[in-house]
Amino acid sequence: MGNNGEVKEKYTAKDFASDQDVRWCPGCGDYSILAQMQRVSPDLGIKKENFVWISGIGCAARFPYYMDTYGFHGIHGRAAAIATGVKINRPDLSVWVATGDGDLLSIGGNHFIHACRRNIDIKILLFNNRIYGLTKGQYSPTSEKGKKTKSTPFGSIDYPFNPLSLAVGSGATFVARSLDRDAKHLQAMMKRASDHKGTAFIEVFQNCNIFNDGAYELLTEKETKADNVLLLEHGKPMVFGKNNDKGIKLDGLNPQVIDISNGHYSINDVWVHDEFDKNSFRAHILSQFAEMEGLPTPIGILKQETKSSYEEDLHDQINSVKKSRGDGDLKKLLFGGNMWEVK
Amino acid sequence: MEKDVLDLNDVTVRFAGDSGDGMQLTGSQFTNTTAIVGNDLSTLPDFPAEIRAPAGTTYGVSGFQLHFSSNDIQTPGDAPDVLVAMNPAALKTNLTDLKPGATIIVNVNLFDLKNLKLAEYQTNPLEDGSLEGFNVIQVPLSQLTNTALEETTLSAKEKSRCKNFFALGMMYWLYSRPVEPTLNWLKVKFKDAPHLAEANRKAMMAGYYFGENTEIFTTRYQVEPAKLNKGVYRNISGNEALAIGFITASVKSGLPLFLGSYPITPASDILHELSRHKNFGVRTFQAEDEIAAITASLGASFSGALAITTTSGPGVALKTESIGLAVMTELPIIIINIQRGGPSTGLPTKTEQSDLLQAVHGRNGEAPVVVLAPSTPADCFNMALEASRIAIKYMVPVMYMSDGYLANGSEPWKIPEPDSIPEIEVKFRTEKEGFYPYIRDENLARPWALPGTPGLEHRIGGLEKSNITGNVNYDPENHEFMVRLRAQKVKNIENDIPDLEVFGDADADLLVVGWGGTYGSITEAVNRIREKGMKVAQVHFRYLNPFPKNTGNVLKGYKKILCPELNMGQLSKLLREEFLVDIEPYNKIQGLPFKSSEIETKIETMIGGKNNGK
Repeated sequence: MGNNGEVKEKYTAKDFASDQDVRWCPGCGDYSILAQMQRVSPDLGIKKENFVWISGIGCAARFPYYMDTYGFHGIHGRAAAIATGVKINRPDLSVWVATGDGDLLSIGGNHFIHACRRNIDIKILLFNNRIYGLTKGQYSPTSEKGKKTKSTPFGSIDYPFNPLSLAVGSGATFVARSLDRDAKHLQAMMKRASDHKGTAFIEVFQNCNIFNDGAYELLTEKETKADNVLLLEHGKPMVFGKNNDKGIKLDGLNPQVIDISNGHYSINDVWVHDEFDKNSFRAHILSQFAEMEGLPTPIGILKQETKSSYEEDLHDQINSVKKSRGDGDLKKLLFGGNMWEVK
Repeated sequence: MEKDVLDLNDVTVRFAGDSGDGMQLTGSQFTNTTAIVGNDLSTLPDFPAEIRAPAGTTYGVSGFQLHFSSNDIQTPGDAPDVLVAMNPAALKTNLTDLKPGATIIVNVNLFDLKNLKLAEYQTNPLEDGSLEGFNVIQVPLSQLTNTALEETTLSAKEKSRCKNFFALGMMYWLYSRPVEPTLNWLKVKFKDAPHLAEANRKAMMAGYYFGENTEIFTTRYQVEPAKLNKGVYRNISGNEALAIGFITASVKSGLPLFLGSYPITPASDILHELSRHKNFGVRTFQAEDEIAAITASLGASFSGALAITTTSGPGVALKTESIGLAVMTELPIIIINIQRGGPSTGLPTKTEQSDLLQAVHGRNGEAPVVVLAPSTPADCFNMALEASRIAIKYMVPVMYMSDGYLANGSEPWKIPEPDSIPEIEVKFRTEKEGFYPYIRDENLARPWALPGTPGLEHRIGGLEKSNITGNVNYDPENHEFMVRLRAQKVKNIENDIPDLEVFGDADADLLVVGWGGTYGSITEAVNRIREKGMKVAQVHFRYLNPFPKNTGNVLKGYKKILCPELNMGQLSKLLREEFLVDIEPYNKIQGLPFKSSEIETKIETMIGGKNNGK
């Protein structure tokens, strides 16, 4: 029960920590995600009792037990569907889903794409470690082809999902990526997702130090980070590299890395990021960077879009029918249709 | 022309034609009008799974049977007195069901070579003497409909589609029914296409006057209103009654109704019906699949809705894991199974009672749920209230076992006064002092503490819980304790449901037991046996888990027990297992309801014929 049900004016990160011992493996990237969420929660302008955390099955799915908010640890893959029911019934609540790559993209893939399609106002945090951790090390739908795991001793023959492309393609209205190791950035993404109205999706690259250690090393280690990570910021040119000397030029539909230090290209040739770009194909191109030879991995908000959310439309419809027909009258309902009286 | 008018007590008619001929509509119009006349009635729609099977074939035949009477009746009738056959295939597939000497009205225009061949008739049954003994009335239905619509601008195809209304008009005349209810219905239905309303009116009136003016019909019939109890009635199908019942439960509990559903035959009509009533604040959610439908409902339940999910057997199979989650998280939810023929896709449009063991036992782990079953179409209303009351009071999932026969069949329903329906008490926990998510009240129910309530933040989930604190707990003793506690909670509900009532002769040797949708057929069979002067007793289960408290005592009071079921003997199994009594199953697995005569014959055999007497 965490703070023993104490109700305060102003909460701190500590107030969002439940009294349960955290049981992830020491060194797991999940600790950082939990810490960042607890840190930002008091500052989201949401009453503590209005947070609901929902999960499915997997290491990430233990997340709700560690947050001192309302929580529902569901069954494998179904978190987005449970969250949808909560949000439809109670639009006043802030509904968050903690999920992993197996939970969300394998068994729960259907619920994920349909949540995005409907634009139901839930926040989905994908803890993507590219491995099944809780079941001890099988490849996941985001594992790279050829990966050797317990269930693929000769290498995986599956092509992986690209979660960001899937989200963009399914119509998610807020699509972002962050890293477990980048506390500040992750916090910023969480805040922005919270402020967004509609389905918000954050892919968090999360290290599983037991079964897939170092999966994101290139993106997190000092020596390699600058040359491999592209920080997306709205209205700013896409520049990266140790000396900020590299930029992304969009040549038709083809992104390419250009050197802006040698005089041939200048900063004016660099693609300027527009989070609110109405055409989601540019967001789709960004989502594909990781699969393109020589391109850096973008982190930040790929796109966001304003449109009505599912629960908003559902309640608007209820209200408009109430307005046109009047509030439901039980007597009229029962005594409806063709009636006759027996005297 | 003066015609004789003959009084009848009891008539069973069946309309049969191509699935595109509008037989369901014709049948339901005749039913509504018959209800307004004040007859007791019971209906049995029977249609193929294909929406438009190839015209003229036997597998595309759609039928609608209606039994109406000046007496109290229980079933849609064993065998029709009258068959309206719109084509040869309709005649062929329905002929064997008819009463000896029944009247057959055929659309003679379609008994041509092409349609006879489609129905796989070698010779024309209207000419080869095979219908001898029946009263065959040949009506050039297509031709007369066309003539009636000559002056309209309708296409040939549109004209042809009005012939069901010609047949309807003819039947209205034959059974002395008023045409006004259907005329009114046409006006509303086609308010945006008045030319279609007019065409159907013309076709119907042409049929009506055809009866009156031709010599084909020498007699018309009349069935006096039934002597029903005083009150206001409407004709209602099981699915309609169920939908209205849950809206009523929503009003009486003050909880918003949430329906998570994925379209499936024969349950979809509930989704359609509830979607129409948004002004009651009903939240209908057509989910991406069966699992999303129930898990979204569970989410809604967690956040304070009266949560239901509607489906049929294959959908329940998919929802199984989520029902277990509802058991573990102790959340109220009602899972509605409109049973159909199984296994797998089975017989989507046909009725069966073969999901009882699935309802009672079909989950991983020890996962007890409450199981209820309405007994008639109108009873679907009462059981919706009962399912809601129990789910909320005990914080348990409830399985609601209707079937295709109850869902689509209809009967007169004496409408209750809204004020006479008791409120459903809901206790949301708001008190912080002493709150734990798995603390229990006198019913062993845990508190319903809604997100948004300050100070009651807590987590629930599918992992085993400590009693009281609700924390995750893997202790062996705790698990056994919790398994027994969840079972006890459900078992205790036997103290809160009505005892079995014995109908008929309490001192008989034979007890007939049934459950759910077979109530009508069994009751009629029992009544007939008793009218013949033989003794028999009857009980009918509407509560299947837990069983009513007096079940053991009742069963032990009889030498023989007969259990008719539309399955391989699932209730028999449950009763034998729990009460160690011998039960003779009587099973029919044809996708069709029992005929009363089938049960009657079985009872007679068991009690040794007419020698057993009073």
